[in-house]
Amino acid sequence: MSFHPNDVQRRGRIASGVLFATFLFLVGSFFRTQILQHAQYVLQSEENRLREVPLPAPRGVIYDRRGAIIAENVPGYSVSLLSPREDSLRAALKRLSGTVSITDDQAEAVVRRYRRNPNRPAVIFADATFDLVSRLEEHRVEFPGLIIQATPKRFYPDGAAVASLVGYTGEINEGELSTLAAQGYKAGQQIGKAGIEKQYEKRLRGREGVRFVEVDARNRVVKEAGARQDISPDGAPPLYTNLDLDLQKFVAGIFGDSLQGAAVAIEPQTGEVLALHSAPSFDPNRFIGFIPADYWRSLQNDPRRPLVNKAIQGRYPPGSTWKLATAIVGLEEGLVKLGDHMPIPCTGGMQFGNRYFKCHDKRGHGSVNLTEAIEKSCDVYFYQLGLRIGLLKLVAGGITLGARERSGIDLPNEQRPQFPTAPANEYFDRRYGARGWNQSASLNLAIGQGENSQTVVNMARFYTALATDGAAARPQVVRAAPDRQRLFQLDSVQMAGIRGALAGVVSRGTASASRIQGIVLAGKTGTAQSGKFQGVAELNHAWFVGFAPADEPKIVVAVMIEFGGHGTRAAHIASKIIEHYLKVTAQQFISTEGP
Amino acid sequence: MKARVVTDWPLVLLALSLSAFGVSMVFSAGQTDVPTLVAHLWHNQLAWVALGLAAAWLASRPSVRFLDWATTPAYAGACVVLLLLLFVGKGAGTAASTKSWLSVGGLRIGQPSELAKIAVVMMLARVLAARREPPKSLMELWQPAVVVGLPWLLIMLQPDLGTGIVFIGIFFAMLFWSGVSWPLLVLVASPGVSLILAFSTGLWGAWFLLLLALVLWYKPYIAEGVVIVSVNVIMGVVAPVVWEKLNPYQQKRLLVFLDPSTDPLRSGYHVIQSQVAIGSGGWLGKGFTLGTQKRLAFLPAQHTDFIFPVVGEELGFVGVTVALGLFLFLFLRSVRISARSADPFSSLLAFGIASIWFVHVIVNVGMTLNLMPITGIPLPFFSYGGSFMLACWLGVGVLMRLSAEGRGRADSLVI
Repeated sequence: MSFHPNDVQRRGRIASGVLFATFLFLVGSFFRTQILQHAQYVLQSEENRLREVPLPAPRGVIYDRRGAIIAENVPGYSVSLLSPREDSLRAALKRLSGTVSITDDQAEAVVRRYRRNPNRPAVIFADATFDLVSRLEEHRVEFPGLIIQATPKRFYPDGAAVASLVGYTGEINEGELSTLAAQGYKAGQQIGKAGIEKQYEKRLRGREGVRFVEVDARNRVVKEAGARQDISPDGAPPLYTNLDLDLQKFVAGIFGDSLQGAAVAIEPQTGEVLALHSAPSFDPNRFIGFIPADYWRSLQNDPRRPLVNKAIQGRYPPGSTWKLATAIVGLEEGLVKLGDHMPIPCTGGMQFGNRYFKCHDKRGHGSVNLTEAIEKSCDVYFYQLGLRIGLLKLVAGGITLGARERSGIDLPNEQRPQFPTAPANEYFDRRYGARGWNQSASLNLAIGQGENSQTVVNMARFYTALATDGAAARPQVVRAAPDRQRLFQLDSVQMAGIRGALAGVVSRGTASASRIQGIVLAGKTGTAQSGKFQGVAELNHAWFVGFAPADEPKIVVAVMIEFGGHGTRAAHIASKIIEHYLKVTAQQFISTEGP
Repeated sequence: MKARVVTDWPLVLLALSLSAFGVSMVFSAGQTDVPTLVAHLWHNQLAWVALGLAAAWLASRPSVRFLDWATTPAYAGACVVLLLLLFVGKGAGTAASTKSWLSVGGLRIGQPSELAKIAVVMMLARVLAARREPPKSLMELWQPAVVVGLPWLLIMLQPDLGTGIVFIGIFFAMLFWSGVSWPLLVLVASPGVSLILAFSTGLWGAWFLLLLALVLWYKPYIAEGVVIVSVNVIMGVVAPVVWEKLNPYQQKRLLVFLDPSTDPLRSGYHVIQSQVAIGSGGWLGKGFTLGTQKRLAFLPAQHTDFIFPVVGEELGFVGVTVALGLFLFLFLRSVRISARSADPFSSLLAFGIASIWFVHVIVNVGMTLNLMPITGIPLPFFSYGGSFMLACWLGVGVLMRLSAEGRGRADSLVI
């Protein structure tokens, strides 16, 4: 080698230069990674180590009008699993099934939830029993990704008695997810499925919190708490309803498990829904978490259709309860007065065209005026009134009275009533052909048969107009400003006459068996054809819609008993409901609220 | 005459600081949330440092003349052991399929290649020092080429690409220090550059034109010029064609063969996790033993090959700069010792030892930032491993001796 000191010194300088340059290059590279790209790598490192475990928010407590609890939250447990990959999730589920029972369907559901959001712990049991949790805790070490946490669980203290109203919650399904994902819903969350729970989902939902757990490279949960400040869930504020839980329970108690039908009780001035029940009911508490398959099947296969809310979804011909609509159209049009008699007296029926139209009372009512016709529910009188009004006005008037509109109650999936459209002749031409129908359609419509199916809640709404000044109040389950819509305009004498006639129905007419001591009850029975027969006898739906006290109504009640026979049966139930409300409930109200 | 033994304290203190730093990091690397075997390895590492200190003291005893005398037997011995390894060697750790470990009766004794590096440096120093003038043509380079090439071949047959790279690094560093002119170094290195650039036609074309210009300017022997140009053409044109003809699994097999310590599919993951660890450290890091990437086992081989990301994650940019600074001063000190040596052999030996460490640091640290391919070679004084710690301290001992003997003559030199 060339070992001259100058050469060595020169090479030494070059070597030192190379060393310095290399050092600067490396330090510069570290500066770029550690300082300039710091934020990005911190994020990655946090993503590496932290998994978000959702902390479900307690749903808003639902109260009745006096502060009694309709729906609340009780402590429950949920079990979920963190997995790095789908195959390891499947393997873990397989191993879990050795400790607790997991059906194949359940396992598939877990995998579906995982696919939706692999970074979220996949829920295995949304509502685990204490027994199951303790068994899992024993084997905790074998399942490193297992997350067991206390979760608020929905509970309805009165169960089946409030099911038609409050509905239930359940795990969000694929369809709901695809429409609600934008609102922050995620797989495995609970969502209102029916009733108030569904209608007021937004207000009841609250905001989910997050617990951060630390996992290692194999997704083993290393640290359960304190990995990062948890975001605590925000419970939703309580929801105050207009319901009278005591009355609701009373109504549910009357129906019991044997009757099928529906009842709606409304405060006529404000539209506050005091009670709403559909029978038979179901136990919403059994729907929380996972619905047991056999329970669900038994409900679905039950011919009495417990899952259909008969108060808002069942459509039934209103029968004689509709005669009030006919009377009002006649009065408004000035075609009839309360004291007017019809040309043909009732002899148990009348001939129209080539057909004989029977009255419900074969013995006949003789010559009656409108008031008496309402009291006695005389069909012959109303046949003639229908003819006098004419099909066009009968249909147009019915539509004005809300025969084609939903009541607008704040519950989901209310059915629209069925009624001909205006003008009626075009409707019937379209429906039956120009020669397929005749004026006898007016006769049927006038007594609430024919092309007319109403919901129980819509009939209740119509009677709030009768009970007040001709304006109907929209039924409201949850407290809100009254929403009234004028249906008809009659003078006070006519209104008083109508109410008097309705009071007569109970005091001496068709529902005289349902009188209440000390209360003037007004209302109208109805017996509607169901199209179902038992032997040769048709099974009729029994209706009663009414209010009390007749002079200053405090409550409107609509009761419909499916295949209940004559309307008097419904009247009997309605009078009990009204009696309970006006005597018992009002007493309680005074004693709890003070003067 | 007995040489004045004056301890080179800056050198010793630098090496001691690096070792202390290193043992702390091995300790920290063991602090994981799910404890592994690594948790107790720092005890062993501490023992190896102590053994290394003893080795350094021993190595600093004999005179340079003894080292000169011992060169040939050491080199021959190293070659024989490397040859034997091909038949009895065992794999271990991240390089389980190689034959780089010597074991007796199931007990792993160590990696002879670590000591072979020093033997090769000694032999190179001796061969290059024997010449009055530095090699000026390719033909004159045959001696150093053979000295490095023989053990290099044996190492590559193990196979151990990382150590192979270190040998090539040593080769060039020592040629430079012996005074070989830079154009000749470029010409020697050109086939390798061609091989690397071969996968981009444009880059390779540019390189080839530069090379032609260099050949015309430097005017080597005609034959040598022709050989260099044709080797470059072969590397640049033929290699990619052959590579393309291979099936993907064959390509992968070749890559794994060249470097078994890393599965090419998994290596991407390792580098990303290493970068995340370093990058998330920031200015001051997450705190000693508190790195989450390390604690939660996202970092691969955090006590050996990837120990530097632990430094970056837990001690931040400041810690990294301190560690690299310590290395810088160690190298500067070594260069100073080389420049002040009393004779060419000492000078080359000192420079060669420093260049071993230098290549290790560049390749290892560069790998953690994805600036270098993952080859799995350890970081001097830091990575857990007995033979390597011993070899490093042996190098320190030799440097101490060389520093002590060179002091008299070179005081006038200022670097």
